Amino acid sequence: MDRSPMQTTLDHIYENKKVTVIDIQGGQGIRQRLGQMGIHPGDTITMLRYGALRGPILIEVHGSQVALGRGIASQIIVEEVE
Amino acid sequence: MRIALAGQTNCGKSTIFNHIAGYKAITSNLPGTTVKYTETKTQINGYTCNCIDLPGTYSLTSSDPAELEARKHLLSGEVDVIINVVDPSLLCRSLELTLQLLELEVPMILCLNMIDEAQRKGIQIDAQKLSNLLGVPVIPTIATTGKGLKELFIEVLRVREERRIGKTPKFSKDIEEIVSQLDSTLNSEWPVKEKVPSRFLSIKLLENDEFFINETKRDSNAINRIRPLQGKLEQIHGVPSDEVISSERHALAMNLFEQVSIVIHPPKKDIRIAIDQWVMHKFFGYLILAAVFYGFFNFIFGIGGYIEEPLMEVFDQWIGGLEEFFGKGSLALFLSKGVLQGIAGGIAIVLPYLVPFLIGLSILEDIGYLPGVAFLMDVFVHRIGLHGKSIIPFILGYGCSVPAVMTTRILEFPQHRFIVSILTTMIPCAARITIIFGLVAFFISPNAALAIFALNILVVAISGKILSTFYPEASNLGLILEIPVYQFPVLKNTLKKSWYRIREFIIIAWPLLIIGSALLALMEYGKVDLYFNRFLSPLTYLLDLPVSVGTTLIFGLLRKELSMIMLTQALGTTQVLAVMTKTQIMVFTVFVTFYIPCLATIAALWREIGKKGALLAILFTLFIAIILALFTRIFLGIVL
Repeated sequence: MDRSPMQTTLDHIYENKKVTVIDIQGGQGIRQRLGQMGIHPGDTITMLRYGALRGPILIEVHGSQVALGRGIASQIIVEEVE
Repeated sequence: MRIALAGQTNCGKSTIFNHIAGYKAITSNLPGTTVKYTETKTQINGYTCNCIDLPGTYSLTSSDPAELEARKHLLSGEVDVIINVVDPSLLCRSLELTLQLLELEVPMILCLNMIDEAQRKGIQIDAQKLSNLLGVPVIPTIATTGKGLKELFIEVLRVREERRIGKTPKFSKDIEEIVSQLDSTLNSEWPVKEKVPSRFLSIKLLENDEFFINETKRDSNAINRIRPLQGKLEQIHGVPSDEVISSERHALAMNLFEQVSIVIHPPKKDIRIAIDQWVMHKFFGYLILAAVFYGFFNFIFGIGGYIEEPLMEVFDQWIGGLEEFFGKGSLALFLSKGVLQGIAGGIAIVLPYLVPFLIGLSILEDIGYLPGVAFLMDVFVHRIGLHGKSIIPFILGYGCSVPAVMTTRILEFPQHRFIVSILTTMIPCAARITIIFGLVAFFISPNAALAIFALNILVVAISGKILSTFYPEASNLGLILEIPVYQFPVLKNTLKKSWYRIREFIIIAWPLLIIGSALLALMEYGKVDLYFNRFLSPLTYLLDLPVSVGTTLIFGLLRKELSMIMLTQALGTTQVLAVMTKTQIMVFTVFVTFYIPCLATIAALWREIGKKGALLAILFTLFIAIILALFTRIFLGIVL
């Protein structure tokens, strides 16, 4: 999939920025797991913080906080909300 | 009548359950505390009901064994009423499960638990409107204080009486068409064993649900009819069919959420957000973590040491008194001394450390600090080939290895469950912690005890690294973990939970200690213990321990506390320092901390990872224990 210049993966977003999920790469397993946490294409995510030493990231989605490993975050394609 | 409590993790199902069952299910502010179901009989207005508390599940498409357990019960067809417990501050996400539960066409009630938390966040929910839209009663509750629970169970009886089944909101037209096409072909030939509504099955099959797809493959060719319909969905929407259905359900849930909820004010500037800033901080987070555990350690030792010393003196006097009373060498003396030492061990050595430890652990759990620990530690756990969620069984392991091994069910991958199960048995449980405190901290120094804990973490990490190299495919999987908001623990519930765990020691372990202690005394009287000691003498010789500790190690396999209580019995004195050197105490404690899990844990391992896994755990821990104890002996021999 070619990405427009605005799009990047979730692990490249600065703290406290809001983004919209464009697409989730990876198999049914990951999509389901993220879907259960309320993360689907079209949803808005706020990046809260990065863990130390390339540790997990903490995001807020639909009012709950979710920790995601960097590997998974790099499979979520997002676009920054203006 | 069977009532099932179903809902996503950490919404308070077990808290509701405990309210009607007395304290039977462990609760905490930690997603996934319940991993298997608990059942209780209760009376509601004179009706006898069986109420089951299910593990939390995010959806009916399950990916870990804890969720599968919940799903198995819900699909069994034996549930008369479902209480769908929902955290209203996460209503939108929770409704996705609600929609799936409605498809089961079982009488249902929606319980908006922790409604106070939602109000604090500024979310107001129109329960009446939601009830009208879904066709099921919607009851707000606050389970920690019991508010609304009476109404909830009265509604249970009513929906049961009326056999009231909710409405399932419809998907978009094109999807509904495909669902009903599959629905009608299924009705002519039912491809699975389960008696679930046909619409439910159709949706699950279109969703490519692994379990049901495999079922249909067993003895029908239904798959040939399912695949083209899945293909049609994919063609229309341009994404895989499971994503079509899940996005559709998500949209329905969003739509419902928007209709029934109003954000009345932005979330109040909560002190918890400020706390979060520090607790989860890249740098300060780790400092706080270290401080919390150091404080916790000193809290236990402070209380325990303060109580142990005077109590031991009293019991020593009594034991001395027995000698005068019965005369040296008599059977009555051996027996009464054994019993008294068993009692003394429980009161003077175990309880002083166990009680503060379990209360402290309960408080940490109920506040909700542990998921934060998982977040902070993920990067390190990752280094040994696991992910942050594994930290939860590890932390629970400091309480008791049995639930810790069971909690590995929250991990999705069998390789992780296997490795974590084995590692978690090496974490010192409350019983072994009392040994570390009661022997090392008490007789040597608190710092020596800290050193054992540090050594333990190091060894667990290295063992993890070793084990995960045997399962390399497990290493590149990532963390997905919900971090719940902090809760101010309700003191009554925290104390009830602590009592539930302490009671386990008092009614199961303590009698065993007393019996074991008396038995050892009898063995000494009949000089049978010498055989055991001789059998283990190569080990005790290797580790330079007194020969008489051999029997205690065998008793320790039953319950870890026995090793220590027996130690005083085997050595014939509570003044351990008079007969063992500090090095010997360290070597003994290191060995006891790591060697073979207790019987109950072996049974749990057998259940969770099979006979071979349990056997591997036994050999692995025994090997590690011998190596480490030997290392300790040599190292301290040089240093001291």
